[in-house]
Amino acid sequence: MLEYNFVQDEDVDIILNDILESYGYDFTEYSKASIKRRINRLFTLDRFMSFAEFRYRLRSDPDYMHRFIEQVTVTVTEMFRDPQFYKVLREQVLPTLGTYPFIRIWHAGCSTGEEVYSMAILLKEANLYHKALLYATDLNHDVLEKARMGIFPLSQMKQYSENYIQSGGTKDFSEYYTANYDKAKFDEELSRKMIFSTHNLVSDRSFNEFQLILCRNVLIYFDKDLQVKVFNLFEQSLDNLGYLALGSKETIRFSSLTSRFKKLDNEKIWKKIA
Amino acid sequence: MEKDSLKGAIDLLLIAGSAGSLDVLLKVLPAIKSNLSFPIIIVLHRKASYDSSLINLFNTKATLPVVEAEEKDSLQNGKIYVAPSDYHLLVETNRSLSLDYSEKIQYSRPCIDVTFETAAEVYKTRIAAILLSGANSDGSAGLKSIKSYGGITAVQNPQYAEVSYMPQKAIQTAPIDYILNIEEIANFINKLSL
Ligand SMILES: C[S@@+](CC[C@H](N)C(=O)[O-])C[C@H]1O[C@@H](n2cnc3c(N)ncnc32)[C@H](O)[C@@H]1O
Repeated sequence: MLEYNFVQDEDVDIILNDILESYGYDFTEYSKASIKRRINRLFTLDRFMSFAEFRYRLRSDPDYMHRFIEQVTVTVTEMFRDPQFYKVLREQVLPTLGTYPFIRIWHAGCSTGEEVYSMAILLKEANLYHKALLYATDLNHDVLEKARMGIFPLSQMKQYSENYIQSGGTKDFSEYYTANYDKAKFDEELSRKMIFSTHNLVSDRSFNEFQLILCRNVLIYFDKDLQVKVFNLFEQSLDNLGYLALGSKETIRFSSLTSRFKKLDNEKIWKKIA
Repeated sequence: MEKDSLKGAIDLLLIAGSAGSLDVLLKVLPAIKSNLSFPIIIVLHRKASYDSSLINLFNTKATLPVVEAEEKDSLQNGKIYVAPSDYHLLVETNRSLSLDYSEKIQYSRPCIDVTFETAAEVYKTRIAAILLSGANSDGSAGLKSIKSYGGITAVQNPQYAEVSYMPQKAIQTAPIDYILNIEEIANFINKLSL
């Protein structure tokens, strides 16, 4: 793999600055090692002959910039990923949210939407869907298009169904989708209360107040300073007593939030207490 | 390489493996000296979800404290970091750790090559990596990378490995400095320490 280390640390900085200047996307505070690997992967995949050519293409071709975002950000996701996490949502978070007249949830960095459909299923089963709104945002426009469709590979359904059961689900998971060739199309009833929109956590502001914010496996790609900024954005966007849920390897430990948030059990869920 | 010249030669040790490696680690970890002068990162292919019990198991055996690697951790000497299952573990230029949930590589997440290659670039000559038993070719490219930056490479002797494919493949792919029997591994590690 060494042979594809064409783009060196300094080159990465150059490219990220170009992109910020030409397109306004700011990746300069992303964790370097990961973004560098992704950039090198793209460079090899698209068979560039030199760094100069790669740089020129990126600056001069907005369509290629589009591809860059698609390929350099990591969009891998799953339904009911970390079933235990969803179990705690079911058993400890939703009952509290259920006491409110309405429930606004924000999925920040939702990728292709598997997480949002999982949440919709939880809300349905808790009889709370009618008073909920799910805001699903991502920096990448293409993944949102996919999320809107609610069509996922049929080959994943066995795994998702197992995850669902481990999360405390008791229904037949296949009731939620219709199989068509190699695709599973999720019930449109589930997406009725979803609102999809692009939102860049680096540069866009708070746009509402939520009772629950999920931002899972996004912050691992940000450096410490950027994480702190995003935590502040989340704090501004959370109701008092609202919940913040992160990915299984993420924490608020480096932020100023630690004193004003209380962690639930063993899961990566914090409640705003002040 | 002269045996004595190993003393103090590195600032980071990587140990990685797949099928058949756990038993090796359980033999090696208790024999490592407790004032080791560098940190160790372990990358082990395994089924997800038994992570906390794996860390506990290591801690009952190891002389050094063992933790699951967390993103942004700064590597500390004398501490063992285990790559969490289902994430790639990367080493940053400032010698801290990053996690990445991108696609599996070589059917694996964590992928050994990813950790080895990113660590090699940062630590250059001041690193050693040991590849243990396994049925997968992950790690070979990583060792090649370690060597190309001037680091030290070692594999478990395939002849005695539970699954020989991984170290065998590495020997074919990369220049390997040391081929070690299980009983020799801890001693090798201790000799690298100050
Ligand atoms: C690994 S996916 C996580 C998907 C899902 N939350 C999960 O945990 O399975 C990371 C997502 O974060 C998005 N992302 C990366 N940087 C972002 C930013 N600055 N603002 C908003 N979304 C971002 C990526 O486009 C990608 O879809």
